[in-house]
Amino acid sequence: MSQLATTNPAVEPVEAFTKLEQNGAALMPLRKAGLARFSDSGYPTLRDEDWRFTNVKPIAELPFRPTIDPLGQALGQEQLGNVTFGQLSADRLVFIDGHFNAALSQIGDQSSGVTVTHLTSGLAGLERELGSLSIGDDNPFVALNDAFFTDGAVIQIADGQRLAKPVHLLFVTTASEDGEAAHIRNWIVAGANTQGTIIESHLSLGQAATVTNVVTESRIGDGANIEHIKFQDQSNRAFHLASLHSELGRDAQYTFHSIALGARLSRNNLRMRLAQPGIECILNGLYMLRGQQLADHHMVVEHAAPHCDSHEYFNGILDDQSRGVFHGRILVQPGAQKTDAKQTNKNLLLSDDATANTKPQLEIYADDVKCTHGATIGEMDDDAIFYLRARGLDTPTARRMLLHGFAGEIVERIRHDAVREELNALVLGRLEAVHKLD
Amino acid sequence: MLQIKNLQAGIEDKPILKGINLTVNAGEVHAIMGPNGSGKSTLASVLAGRDGFDVTGGEALYNDNDLLDLAPEERAREGVFLAFQYPVEIPGVNSAYFLRSAVNAILKHRGEEELDAMNFLKAVKVKMKELGLGEDFLKRPVNAGFSGGEKKRNEILQMTMLDPRLAILDETDSGLDIDALRIVADGVNRLRSDDNAQVVITHYQRLLDYIVPDFVHVLHDGCIIKSGDKSLALELEEKGYDWLTKEAA
Repeated sequence: MSQLATTNPAVEPVEAFTKLEQNGAALMPLRKAGLARFSDSGYPTLRDEDWRFTNVKPIAELPFRPTIDPLGQALGQEQLGNVTFGQLSADRLVFIDGHFNAALSQIGDQSSGVTVTHLTSGLAGLERELGSLSIGDDNPFVALNDAFFTDGAVIQIADGQRLAKPVHLLFVTTASEDGEAAHIRNWIVAGANTQGTIIESHLSLGQAATVTNVVTESRIGDGANIEHIKFQDQSNRAFHLASLHSELGRDAQYTFHSIALGARLSRNNLRMRLAQPGIECILNGLYMLRGQQLADHHMVVEHAAPHCDSHEYFNGILDDQSRGVFHGRILVQPGAQKTDAKQTNKNLLLSDDATANTKPQLEIYADDVKCTHGATIGEMDDDAIFYLRARGLDTPTARRMLLHGFAGEIVERIRHDAVREELNALVLGRLEAVHKLD
Repeated sequence: MLQIKNLQAGIEDKPILKGINLTVNAGEVHAIMGPNGSGKSTLASVLAGRDGFDVTGGEALYNDNDLLDLAPEERAREGVFLAFQYPVEIPGVNSAYFLRSAVNAILKHRGEEELDAMNFLKAVKVKMKELGLGEDFLKRPVNAGFSGGEKKRNEILQMTMLDPRLAILDETDSGLDIDALRIVADGVNRLRSDDNAQVVITHYQRLLDYIVPDFVHVLHDGCIIKSGDKSLALELEEKGYDWLTKEAA
């Protein structure tokens, strides 16, 4: 406890825990263990190998204010109608500062084998499951989340069922005080041979230096085919920390897209465990940053079974003094023969002051595998610009086309048509509005 | 159409073109041949406006205007087309989107009506068929992962769609097998008319079996050292370049 006290004199876990206990006594062991781990570790520093390029000191220096109670911000449907994916035909769960908002959410139309709800709705038995997939992770933010999470989505799809509509999880921060932190916990179980699209978006309605700390555990069953699109477009003062802990079943297909456009600092920890043969796992990400923004994707893909494919594609467009960080570790366990693991990270620097840190890491303990990785950091390709100009396109158009194409490589992989099209238009608009094109 | 007068150009301080004189009239096909390093591709690059080349003397007039004063896109819109020796791969940029944007940039410049997606598709599919390009081609990113032959056919497809007045083909034959060569040459020949002209840059005579030139020029060390008709190309095929370059020295 001492370290926590020194880094955060304002933290009052006793009071917070009293309130959290009212929401579910059965979760208290998880919470207490989380707090104990965090007290031991404190916030990570640049000395931690996993955090070498991402300095969370600005988070550590914020007042410690988990939003244990809703902040009471009244939001109407009209404020959410215009947000990205707000018009998408979907079942929508809305969380404001980490608290479920029933009035703004719409759930219907799912078949009887599908449960779409939120944690504090009192789902029996879940308290024993939570943490089972994230348990081995020593990420201090997971520990903090264990201790202080208030709510989050629960999606359970029974064997053979499919989501009739995509499920859209909309997380909004409204906090007006620096340091107000929403700790969100999602739980997703897709049974055998299930199908569905899950969209997770994170937005800010205020300009305060808020913290979003989201932990998602997902268990994807045998033969399941799940697409998960995470869209982070928070304010440029916000801090966004996310971790995904997934265990995939035999022949499962899981595609996770991370579109990171917002936040002062965002970090996505992706921990994929390919535990059965025949899995195809795609991690696909785009970050477009400017100003002082930083986006960090930190992945560990563990091939624990033979005949699995994993592909990571991450493209970054970095302007001004922004920084993009990519860490991709592929771990091929003994016996995971016929692994096909591919990893690429491409960074386009639009400014001399922008930085890309890219660190592919292959750790292979099997001898019959195919693992490739490639990383590029560069400016816009002058040859390509000349090629387009030689076809009659002016320089701004040529640059726009190249940037859009670069971002489009990632967006094009989204299979859900309406989501892909909306993101494609959004990305193009963002490039035109924000990044210098001439 | 094109008058090149005593054109001198180089990279940094290294002179490459040392006084080129060449006149190309509408309705003509000129072949420019020469050994590696003679300046063939530099000439193409300078005419198309690629960065990095300094023009140190002479001029190039295109329809009596100073060609070298125009930005690359202005040259393209005025009807100058360079078929690249090494077409650039542009991942992420869809071929249909790229080509329609290019066609419309040029139509707009000419004051003609731009093509909507449907009319564009109709037009391009006919041309693609002639060049043996499958329909999936339009969905693929520009040149990305294309074979050498596909890239060259794509250049010819673009040329056909942009309908230039002056087409410069920079070693379009390199890396092509005989079938692809014939398809590419047919594409060029279909474009030939009394209103336009082609400058075909090549190292080898074999392309000229299919695209028959009116004039053949031999470039050596930055100068045209010999000009003739198509029989000159045959003579080069037989004797190589040595007899000419020795003569020039």
